[in-house]
Amino acid sequence: MQTIPELVADAPAFASLAPEHRDQIAGCARNRVFQDGAMILREGEPADTFHVIRTGAVALETHVPRRGAVIVETLHDGDLLGWSWLVSPYRVAFDGRAVGTVHTIEFDGACLRGKCDADPGLGYDLLKLVAAVMLERLQGTRMRLLDLYGKGLG
Amino acid sequence: MASAVAATADGPSLLPVPFRVAGTRQDTHDTWTLTLEPRAGPPLPVFAPGQFAMLYAYGAGEVPISLSGGGSDRTLVHTVRAVGTITARLCALAEGDTLGVRGPYGTPWPLAAAAGRDVIVVAGGIGLAPVRPVIRELVEHRDRYGRVTVLYGGRAPEELLYGDEVAAWAARGDVVIETIVDAADAGWRGRVGLVTKLVPLVDADPANAIAMMCGPEPMMRFTAAALGDRGIGPESVWVSLERSMKCGVGHCGHCQLGPLFVCKDGPVVRHDVAAPLMAVRGL
Repeated sequence: MQTIPELVADAPAFASLAPEHRDQIAGCARNRVFQDGAMILREGEPADTFHVIRTGAVALETHVPRRGAVIVETLHDGDLLGWSWLVSPYRVAFDGRAVGTVHTIEFDGACLRGKCDADPGLGYDLLKLVAAVMLERLQGTRMRLLDLYGKGLG
Repeated sequence: MASAVAATADGPSLLPVPFRVAGTRQDTHDTWTLTLEPRAGPPLPVFAPGQFAMLYAYGAGEVPISLSGGGSDRTLVHTVRAVGTITARLCALAEGDTLGVRGPYGTPWPLAAAAGRDVIVVAGGIGLAPVRPVIRELVEHRDRYGRVTVLYGGRAPEELLYGDEVAAWAARGDVVIETIVDAADAGWRGRVGLVTKLVPLVDADPANAIAMMCGPEPMMRFTAAALGDRGIGPESVWVSLERSMKCGVGHCGHCQLGPLFVCKDGPVVRHDVAAPLMAVRGL
């Protein structure tokens, strides 16, 4: 069975981090398992954790009156789940619900923020990593806003 | 008097041939699949996957619709989305009704070039219809091809086409089918996001892979870029273009895209040819 530092070192999501920075963040991490339907993140609650999905799928949802929960995106093996821990006011923006059994590496956001404040090199490295994920998802979201498969453009 | 000749030495006749609607199936709230058989006279020339027909709703007009099945015998299968007057009339046809058909027109998918190679098929929305004959060929002659991956993006779960058939392909185990939708209600257990998110799931040898794509142009641009990041360059990627095709034989110029007449030089075009033209705004 792999240790947390080994899991962090092997996670593709952290491939861009310097080895010493991977060791540093491993100190804020632990293994988690969520059963089907479990709420990993809940909209409006304090964003004190984030996850890297080892295996499984997570649906990012929000509640729409008279429609119920709407899935805006799903995340899968290797994906990073949650970035609100990094930006004040540290509040979760969407529900994150397990679809099937989900194994993650969970990180303590306050622990990581403390380490980033103490070591700006780590902070910059981590920020670049999160910004790359944000950029990819923002571009994907913008494309979907075009409603390409709708009647107008399809 | 015009004779009922379906084809000449120069290609298919411009005269629509009467076809009978042999069957209809409603696929989604706005999309129907029509199975057509010739009423009389000589059959049309054999259609190849990727080619299209001009379907004529009498009294309304003609639209180009790609083959989504049949084509090798007298039967033609077309999947039509009701987006305007003519397509709405086509979708409203019932079994036994008559419409006019001429074709086949355009270039086919490069199935011969795909033999022995890993094949990636990417479809967006109604774009699954023109590549369905390709997927059927890949499935029916599985030993002729390397690894086969189908990436399919749709607007919502209820707007995905050919649900039973897609499930049957996936159940085979020798074809990878990955589906994603733009948004879904909570009951959906599949993927939600942009179709490009599926590209990292492709298991293919970039040096021996070929990709065929059909969908909205921005989707194809972004997907081609993602495939390029995987080492599958534009010379190995084929796209199906959509322009305002009217005559079908490159005479009227409505579908001109730079030096190409999409009805005659396309719709299936290699991406290294198509990409510079698709990048010109206003073309």
